[in-house]
Formats: sequence, C-alpha cells, structure tokens
Amino acid sequence: MSFINYMAREINCKIVYYGPGLCGKTTNLQYIYERTSPDAKGKMISLATETERTLFFDFLPLSLGEIRGFKTRFHLYTVPGQVFYDASRKLILKGVDGVIFVADSQIERFEANQESVENLRTNLAEQGYSLEKVPYVVQYNKRDLPNVLPIEELREALNPMNVPDYEACARTGPGVFDTLKAVSKLVLTELKKGA
Amino acid sequence: MVNPQMVMYEEEFNQIQLVVDRLVREANAKVVFIVDKNGQLIAASGEVDNIDTTSLASLTAGNIAATGGIAKLLRENEFSTQFHEGENANIHIQLVGNRVILVVIFDSKSSLGLVRLRVRKASDELNRIFESLLSKVQEPGGDSPFAEITDEDIDNLFND
Repeated sequence: MSFINYMAREINCKIVYYGPGLCGKTTNLQYIYERTSPDAKGKMISLATETERTLFFDFLPLSLGEIRGFKTRFHLYTVPGQVFYDASRKLILKGVDGVIFVADSQIERFEANQESVENLRTNLAEQGYSLEKVPYVVQYNKRDLPNVLPIEELREALNPMNVPDYEACARTGPGVFDTLKAVSKLVLTELKKGA
Repeated sequence: MVNPQMVMYEEEFNQIQLVVDRLVREANAKVVFIVDKNGQLIAASGEVDNIDTTSLASLTAGNIAATGGIAKLLRENEFSTQFHEGENANIHIQLVGNRVILVVIFDSKSSLGLVRLRVRKASDELNRIFESLLSKVQEPGGDSPFAEITDEDIDNLFND
C-alpha cells in the first residue's frame, strides 16, 4: 500500500526482498547502497545477529526522481530468510507494494527456494494479498558459482507465472539494478492502474 | 487490497502538524513524529534536524509490528503503549486508532507522566483527523495525479 503525500508531493512505496536463508537478499541491498549517489539514498539499517544473519530486517530508503512533480521514494526491506523467523517475515510483508524473490541458484538450495516461495505465498495470503496480484519479480542469484542449476530448470520450478526474471550475482552486481528497476516499474504501473 | 491507500492532503496535513507542534511544546518534548504502521513518516516536529526520521520511522513501525505479534501470541488485541528509557533520551510510543503511531522523544526536562497526559489528549485529536482523512480517501471520484502518467514517464525515471 503506497503512501501518497499531496502536501510533500511524494509517493512512498515499499518493496520487499524475499527468499531462503543466505540467498543474497542483504547482499542485494548492500550493493544498491554502495552504488547509489549519497543524495538519492538514506541510511541503510541492518538488524542482524552477531554473525551477520538478518534477525528482523534490513532497510534502505531510495529516491528515484520525480514523476509528474511527485518525488518517488522507495523503501527497500529484506526479510530474515531462516525458516524459524517466520513470525518476523510476516510482519515485514505488511503494506508491501512489490516483492522480489531472490532465489539461490545452487543445486543444493533447490528445495529451500521452493519452500520459500510457498512460504511467501502463504504469508501474503495472510495479509490479504495474492502473489498473482502483487507486483512481483524473480531473481536467480549466485550465477557466478560453479554448482548452479540451469536457468530453465529454476524458471520452471520457481516462476510458473512467467513474471519478469533476471540472472544476478549480487556480490559483484550484475542483475541487481535490473531486478530493482523491473519491480519499481511494476509498482508504478500498478499505482497508475489503481488511480 | 485489504487496506485503503494511504493518502495525505494539505488540509489534514496542516491539522496534524498543528497537533504535533503543540505536543512538542506542551510535553516539553525534543521530537514528536507520526508514522503509519507500514513505516512511512507522516509528520514530525521539534529538533528533527539532528535525527534520521526516515530510519526512526521504519524502526518504530517494525517495533510496533513485533509488539503486535507478541500481543497476538498472548491473545491480546494490541499493546497500545510502549516506553523505552535511556540514560539521556526516552521514547514514548503510542498506537493511535490502530492506524498510526505517535512517537515522543524527550529528556530530563520532561517526565513520563506529563508525556502520557499530553499524548492522551493528542491521540484523541489525531484519531478524529485520521478518521475524516480516511473517509475522504474512500470517497469516489477523487482525482489522482497518477491516472495520467504514461509508460514513458515511468521509463524516464530509470534513464540515468
């Protein structure tokens, strides 16, 4: 649910990075943070454990520029990926405008990906959303690693709805901004439809 | 969608700003701000230049969400008030009308009792303003600036 402020002439949207533990959600945000000019970004917040696993969420506010005189601001959130943090994950989906599913391309994480997509579907439904309706893109991360599954196989299992999907390597950057742009576009298009 | 779109108009914004400005004075607070439950900052007043209100907004909403989660597990409807005491700064967080969050940051120049008293009064006023805002948003026929945006406008955002 985006927030339109006529007084400040701002549109604020919330985008959530979802995916299994250690798939690279926080790494996506860190890369975006490092590569964005200081005037376009706010502080990045990470609520993480001592071993740098996300405990509650990461948060990064970004300004994209103006559209028809309105500043567009995107709030990027990640969820904690580990299975037992489900209660926290649910909370972060509240009021979401767009979702990026970050898949771990490694063969041994195939089932974890599937489980996480199912979990996303369930948790969205609990908030009254459906994966079919919410702006949604998929990212196949870690494409630079040797033990990865072919894209076709991942696509078949994780993207049956054929939403926009991208190959990425969040550590070094390829695909990171493509994924963000894709979901941002979908969110703004949705805003236009709902207007 | 389950929740109606959150929209803020000039008239209501000014009313809200009046309430938070007054609360800063009457509660002897350093900073007062209002956040919606999704973490978007709605209004702020006081010494806001020295603090990162965007981050505070997001963390406060996360805090309220987590506390709400705890409440649910204990079969409570909601814990509507939270208070965190520090060495120099204290923070009082109040859920208003289960819709927005009113945050007051204060130091030793004020007291919890005073803050609670003033927050209660301000909450009632804010509740009324947000009710009327919500009914306005739900009225059909409101013209939105986004009906007119084109795919090109959206593409232009990303051409840099």
